[in-house]
Amino acid sequence: MKHNKICLWIAVCTTLFLWTSLGYCQGSAAPTNVVAIDTPNDDGSSITVTWDVPAETSGIVGYNILSSVDGAEFSKLGEQLSLDDVIDQETNMCMYQDTSISRLNTYTYIIQAVTETGEISDSQATESVSAKAQIFHTGKIPLFLAMLLFSAAIVGSIYHARSGKEVFVRRIPGLEAVDEAIGRATEMGRSILYVLGLGSVSNVATIASMTILGQVARRTADYETPLRVPCNDPVVLNVVREMVKTSYLDEGRPDAYNEDNIFFITESQFAYAAGVDGMMIREQPAAIFLQGTFYAESLILAETGNSIGAIQIAGTDSEAQLPFFIAACDYTLIGEELYAASAYLAREPMLLGSLRGQDWGKLFIFGLIVLGVILELTGINWITTLLQNVR
Amino acid sequence: MKRQIPLALCFLFGIVMIITQFSPHPVSKSIYERVISGALIIGPFALVLATITLIQTHINRIQRRTEHWGYSFVVFAGLITMVAIGVPFGPENPIFVWLYRNVQVPMDATMFSLLAFFIASAAYRAFRARSTEATLLLVTALIVMLGNVPVGDLIWNSLLSLTGLDSIISQNGPSSARGWILDNPNLSARRGIILGVSLGVISQSIRIILGIERSYLGGGD
Repeated sequence: MKHNKICLWIAVCTTLFLWTSLGYCQGSAAPTNVVAIDTPNDDGSSITVTWDVPAETSGIVGYNILSSVDGAEFSKLGEQLSLDDVIDQETNMCMYQDTSISRLNTYTYIIQAVTETGEISDSQATESVSAKAQIFHTGKIPLFLAMLLFSAAIVGSIYHARSGKEVFVRRIPGLEAVDEAIGRATEMGRSILYVLGLGSVSNVATIASMTILGQVARRTADYETPLRVPCNDPVVLNVVREMVKTSYLDEGRPDAYNEDNIFFITESQFAYAAGVDGMMIREQPAAIFLQGTFYAESLILAETGNSIGAIQIAGTDSEAQLPFFIAACDYTLIGEELYAASAYLAREPMLLGSLRGQDWGKLFIFGLIVLGVILELTGINWITTLLQNVR
Repeated sequence: MKRQIPLALCFLFGIVMIITQFSPHPVSKSIYERVISGALIIGPFALVLATITLIQTHINRIQRRTEHWGYSFVVFAGLITMVAIGVPFGPENPIFVWLYRNVQVPMDATMFSLLAFFIASAAYRAFRARSTEATLLLVTALIVMLGNVPVGDLIWNSLLSLTGLDSIISQNGPSSARGWILDNPNLSARRGIILGVSLGVISQSIRIILGIERSYLGGGD
């Protein structure tokens, strides 16, 4: 009787051990916390499935993703994914983005974990989910607010300037020298060469350069100094011709305008550089303006201009080319000075007002940097986190 | 009216294109792509006009017998040859590809290689130690140049071992100093310029969208 009782206890304990062990193994292999959501801030073209990262002892080497469309049978999506394919280091979760979906259907997912020995464990099926296109990207709210704030500062400053109050603008030597350069060319009886760089008309630096050209053209119209503009972009060529023509008309000197002085060379970078260099050597212009977007040709142009002894005024927003211009040119407009040039030369209150708004923006960023550094030093990092989350 | 319609269009498209940057909706994406495609269509038409001006310029040069006018024939020879092969047979044609690879690419490379000599002459002028700033620039440039080549560290380490200072002063000084210069003062200055440029671009864009800056339309009024 006693022997039977012991045998019964052993059987019960063994069954319990095997059952709990099996349960433990299944629990560790099957993906847990599987959630499917409509991918946030997208055009409704994907659903994101997340689940917990497996324990190192689980023996899982990969996952299969199964999906069901509108409650139909589950089918496998693509090939088996390795752990490296799915583990997201930022969130420390496993993640899969299904981009093969339609916004009209609902989807349910099962994640299959595959172990080294080839065992497969299914997760629970997720809730049904459908994708929707978002109208506003919530991750860009800080960027949107910053843009509104900065735009408001600029518009406010423009309207402040309209009231007639004088706006102080610091002296920019490169722009002060524009009259000097034009005067020099006039006295020497030589031409002025204006190079707009390689930017297209959609490039803001090219537009800024065109506005400077407009101001230069007004002065050359007065002095009857030849203004030569070799262009690299066909659209820029046509816009520049219209601009310069209008400047001459505005100055009452349409007769002095010569359309042949504004011409197309080529769209090829180095062929353009060769063409402009050739013009410099042959025509020996007294003043050269290099304003706009430049790449590797910047120094080729600036050094050739330097070698012929022309007064050179450069300006670019390509920060990699600035050292070359500073080394080879007489005056250089650094970065933002290029954008301030039209306001500086035209002296229009509304344009000058926008410069003040720009300074408010810089002050705000500077304050944010100082505050961020102080907070980081004291162990508070919400500004850093906020900026890192801007997508 | 000639000015008002372009200004209104500029305002409308400027605002719409800003909105598309903050909306991932397919309608927003579609508008963005359509506007960009529309802008691309203008390109080929403008290219025809540009080619006509190029031809006119060189015809004038030949007619007026200006200096080096003979080279204008080279321009026409190149233009006619590439058009005569490229238009009927396409850009994959072996002769077209051969001309591109064996004429245009080497000529581009030649121009690009001139940069090395221009850098040397510009550096010579920039690094002449005539002022405190120029001296500082010269010293910094020397450190960066030495740090960029393995022989810089070799010279440094050899000097340290010769003088017995290798136990006090760290090895590979030039490359470490170069890294520090590029990652700290240089990067800070670059980011400062980039911030200024970005604000300048936004400011200029607002002026254009609001129609305050309209000189690109021809004239300032």
